Amino acid sequence: MLSNRKPGSLTRRQFVVVGALGSAALAIGCKAGKQGDWESLTEEQARTLTAVCDQIVPEDEFPSASQAGVLNYIDRQLMRPYRRHRHAYRHGLQDVDTASRKRFGSDLASLSQLQQFEIVSDLERQNPGFFQLVRNHTLEGYYGSPRHGGNRDAVSWRMLGLAEPPVRGRAQYDLTNGSSS
Amino acid sequence: MKRVNAVVIGAGAAGGIVAKELAVAGLSVVLLERGKWYTANDCRKDDLRNQRTTLLGNAFGPEDEGNPRVWSDAKGLPHIALASEGSYQNNAACVGGGTLSYGAQAWRYMPQDFRMKSTYGAPTGSSLEDWPISYDDLEPFYEKAEYEIGISGDYSATPFHGPRRHPLPMPPVPPGREFGILEPAAKRLGLHPFHIPMARNSVPYNGRGPCMRCRWCCGFACEVDAKNGSQNTVIPVALGTGNCELRTESMVKEILTDDHGRAIGVAYFDSNGSLQQQLSDLVVVSGCAVESARLLLNSKSRLLPNGLGNRYDQVGRNLQGHHYTGAIGYFDFDTYDDVGPGASIAVSDYNHGTPGLIGGGMLANEFIRLPIHTIDRLPPNTPRWGLAHKQAMREWHRRSIVIIGPTQQIPSSDARVTVDQTVRDKWGLPVARFSGNVHPHTFEIGDVQANRAEAWLKEAGAIHTSVMAGKPDSVSAGQHQAGTCRMGNDPKSSVVNRNCQIHDVDNVFVIDSSVHVTNGGFNPVLTIMAIAYMASDALVHNWKGTGFRS
Repeated sequence: MLSNRKPGSLTRRQFVVVGALGSAALAIGCKAGKQGDWESLTEEQARTLTAVCDQIVPEDEFPSASQAGVLNYIDRQLMRPYRRHRHAYRHGLQDVDTASRKRFGSDLASLSQLQQFEIVSDLERQNPGFFQLVRNHTLEGYYGSPRHGGNRDAVSWRMLGLAEPPVRGRAQYDLTNGSSS
Repeated sequence: MKRVNAVVIGAGAAGGIVAKELAVAGLSVVLLERGKWYTANDCRKDDLRNQRTTLLGNAFGPEDEGNPRVWSDAKGLPHIALASEGSYQNNAACVGGGTLSYGAQAWRYMPQDFRMKSTYGAPTGSSLEDWPISYDDLEPFYEKAEYEIGISGDYSATPFHGPRRHPLPMPPVPPGREFGILEPAAKRLGLHPFHIPMARNSVPYNGRGPCMRCRWCCGFACEVDAKNGSQNTVIPVALGTGNCELRTESMVKEILTDDHGRAIGVAYFDSNGSLQQQLSDLVVVSGCAVESARLLLNSKSRLLPNGLGNRYDQVGRNLQGHHYTGAIGYFDFDTYDDVGPGASIAVSDYNHGTPGLIGGGMLANEFIRLPIHTIDRLPPNTPRWGLAHKQAMREWHRRSIVIIGPTQQIPSSDARVTVDQTVRDKWGLPVARFSGNVHPHTFEIGDVQANRAEAWLKEAGAIHTSVMAGKPDSVSAGQHQAGTCRMGNDPKSSVVNRNCQIHDVDNVFVIDSSVHVTNGGFNPVLTIMAIAYMASDALVHNWKGTGFRS
C-alpha cells in the first residue's frame, strides 16, 4: 500500500502534521519568500532533494526515501538541530541542478532514473562533503524513529523484520531456544 | 542560605553515593546538579536522540546551545565541539549522570589493574603508575556497590577476576541468541566466557521489577526502571534521610576559599541563572573527569592562582577513557533475537598476560543494535547507498554480531584538560579544552584485541568479518573519561591522596573517575562507585562535628 503512494500526496498530508510546529518556525524567522508546504525548503529545493534521496534509498518492494517521509524528516531538522546545515543544503542543491542542466539539459527531478543516478554518483565524487551529509540524513530519516517525520509507519523496521509495535515483557518467555547455560 | 556540612557537586555515579553516605551519617548535604531530573518519559525510545546516538542532540544533557568545549587537532589547531558531537567527549548532565542511560556493565577491575607500573614498567612517553590503593583495599566497597546498587551476572565460569567474598546479588538475565552462538565458540578457543555483570535487575530487587528485555537499552533511560543508577538507588535514600537537599539546574561557578586557602563553600548559578553562594564545611567535587578538572582550574584565588589543587600543574593531566576496538561478524543464519540488553557474554582472558603487551581488555558482545546502527556496519565493499545498500540492510541487520572491548589505555600526561580563556559557556565560564592524544602503545594493544574479536567471530561461524580499530587523532575520554585528578601519595605527581582529599586543601575532595590512576580494561562505573563508598567511609570516620582530621 505504501509503495503505491505518490510522493506529492505525502507532502500534503505531512503539512497537516507539521503545521502546528510551523508557526514556531515562522517566529524564529524563515527566509523571506519561502512558500509551499515545507518548513525550511523551497518547492524547487524539495523537488531536487526528493530525487537525490530516492537515489540513496530507491523504491523496490518497499518504499523509497521520499515515500517513507524522509523529506519531512530533513525539512524539519533543518529548522531545528540541523539549522547549521541549511547553508550547505541551499548551495548543494543549487549546484546539483546546475550540474544536471549542464550535462542533461534540465533539472535533476526531470531526468530519467539512470541520469539521476549518474548525477548523484558525480555528486559523491565531486562534492563528497555535501553528499555525505544528504546520504546520512536520508538514512537517518529512513531507518530512525518515526517520531521525527521519516520512517512512516515504521516501514523500514518492518522491512528488517522487527516487530512493530515492539513486543514487551519478554522476560516471561523462554528465550534460550535450547542454547546452553 | 543556611550553611551546611557538605556541598556535593554532581549527582552522578559517585556524587549520589557520597551524598547518601554523608546524609545517612548525619551530615547536612546540598547536592548540586547542573542538569535536570529526567524520567524514561523524557526519551521514549528515540533512536536519533538519546545519550548514545546523539544525531539530533543529547537526550540527557548537556544541550548543544551554550555548552561548547574546545578540542585541538593533530596540528594543535582549536575547534569548537558541540555537546552532541564525539569530539565533545560527553558523558551526561542530569540526575544520575551517566548511570541514568548507560548500558550498565558493572565490572570490578582486576588486581593487576591497580599496579600497572610495577607489573609491566612504564613505556616511554607514558605516565603509567601504580594506584596508592590495592584491589584488596577496594574489595569490600566493590561488594557494597554490588549489593546497594544491584548487580546481576555470574563470574563463576571464569578464573580471571580478583578474589571475592560473595557472589553477585542477582543471577544473570537469561541468555539470548548471541550468547548461545558465542559461548561454545569461545570454549573451543580455550577461553572462559561468562555472564557480564550488569547494574540491571534480572529479578525483582530493591523494590523494583526486572528487565523486560526491550530493544532500547544502552543510551536510554529504562522504561520499567530495571536499570540501576544513582537516580533510583542512593539518591532517593539520601533525600529520604531529610539531611540532603538536591538542587537541579545548578551550575557551580567556583569553589570559594578563605585567606588560608581552605574552602568555605561554592558559588553557583541556580535554575534562574542567578548567582548564589552555598557555604559549607567541606566540598566534594564529583563532576566527572572533564568537568571536575575544569571546576578546579576555574577556582582561582590569590593563594591558588593556577586553580585549586593545581600547585604542581597536575589537574587535568592523564585524561584517558578506553580505546574501543573489535570486529563485526556476518553469518548465514539469524543471530538477532530482538531481546535486550543484548550485551551478555564476555571474556576477560585477554586483560593481562600477553607477552609484549601492557595489559589488554575484556571483550564482549555489543548491546542490542538498532537499524540506525547498521547503516554503517555492513560487510566490506557494500555500496554506501542505493538499492544495494537497502538490500544489504535487509540481508545483514539480523545476521551480524559485534564483539568489542575497552582496551586499557596507557596514560600520558600530555593528554589533558585545560580551560579555554576565550570560549565561554552560557554562564560566562571558561570551557574545557582538550589537547594531546592517545599513547601509541594503546593502539598496538587495540589492534591485537580487534584480531582476537575477529577470531572469536570466525570460530562462531561468521562467513565475513570486518575489523573495527580506528586510531583517533585526539584525546580519548567520552563516557569512560578518567584520570584528571590522579590519586597518589606524592603531591608533586598527583592531585588527591588515597582518601580522595586534595593534597593542599584538606576540606576539598574529588570523588569520581578523575582520581583513577589507570582505567582498567573494563567499563569503569563500578570502580567509580566503590571508590565513592571507600572515600565516603574515610570521610565519615574522620569527621569531627564541623571539621575533620585525616
